[in-house]
Amino acid sequence: MNNIWLTIIGMGVITFLIRFSLILLAGRFSLGERANRALRYAPVAILSTFIFTEMVQPGGQIDLSLGNFRLLTGILTIAIAWWTRNIWLTMISGGLLLWLLASL
Amino acid sequence: MRSSRNELWAGIRTELPIALSTIPFGIIFGVLALQAGIPPLVAQAMSSVVFAGSAQFIGAGMIGDGDPMLIIWLTTLIINIRHLLYSATLAPYAEKLSLGWKVVLSYLLTDEAFVPTALHYQEEPAAPKRHWYWFGAGITLWTCWQLGTLAGILIGDQLPPSLAWLDFALIVTFIGMIVPVLRDRPMVGAFVAAGLAAVLTNALPFPIVSQYKLPILVGAIAGIAAGVFLEAMLEARQSTP
Repeated sequence: MNNIWLTIIGMGVITFLIRFSLILLAGRFSLGERANRALRYAPVAILSTFIFTEMVQPGGQIDLSLGNFRLLTGILTIAIAWWTRNIWLTMISGGLLLWLLASL
Repeated sequence: MRSSRNELWAGIRTELPIALSTIPFGIIFGVLALQAGIPPLVAQAMSSVVFAGSAQFIGAGMIGDGDPMLIIWLTTLIINIRHLLYSATLAPYAEKLSLGWKVVLSYLLTDEAFVPTALHYQEEPAAPKRHWYWFGAGITLWTCWQLGTLAGILIGDQLPPSLAWLDFALIVTFIGMIVPVLRDRPMVGAFVAAGLAAVLTNALPFPIVSQYKLPILVGAIAGIAAGVFLEAMLEARQSTP
């Protein structure tokens, strides 16, 4: 009984300490200018990994067929985002596409 | 100069579509946790104590299987090690904040809050109240995650499975957020390289690789490396006549 609480508290502490580690050390220690410049690519790189794997491998296996509505929706939404450069337009049209293609 | 309130609202506004798209995942988590035999109160507590989607999913399954606590902790460490990257990216901006702010903002530093916050910080390098943006984004996600989990615990078993496609709404939101910032070749290169590396890693015939979310880590490192490399190439080309 106590074990399950201890387990999740431990999971929380570990997760928090990872997130907190370098923020706590900020100011006392710096990764340097080069590393900070490199980390400008972190947000794009992280989201890209989620986007690609969810599009190409929705069930874990690579699925490049037309029957994969996530892949189709993703490609069209990326095209819309690229041309419009507008987050709201992209989300609304992407959401509609998803609904449409998923119910086909 | 933008006030604290402006920053807070900007953070909430940007995060809201992402946060709403995570509600289906919160619901699925609630359902799976109960199926794994976790009591409702503990399942809800997991979403606030751990507050890390993928680690919660895997952790709930492992608790259900009766896996040893130390193994569950080690798994959590491996799955969430990518957050070091977020901590490193935002650390220079958190330097002047009080310890209390650092604790709160670290607790709220999820995948989904990190991205808009990092993008905002890069666009407005000298706004002193920016930490309110980070807080706004983080607390919006936190709220939706708790509500999604609660909905999953309470009514999850009544939802029709035909709504399974809703999971992809989060990806649509991610695309809307990130593609418009792909303004130069190094950024596009980072985007493509990260995605391909993640897919290839995910395709390795070892289930443990994807279970530990290693494709995200490998992809992120590959993307950053590609961006740095292309940036250096561009600079070299511009400096030679």
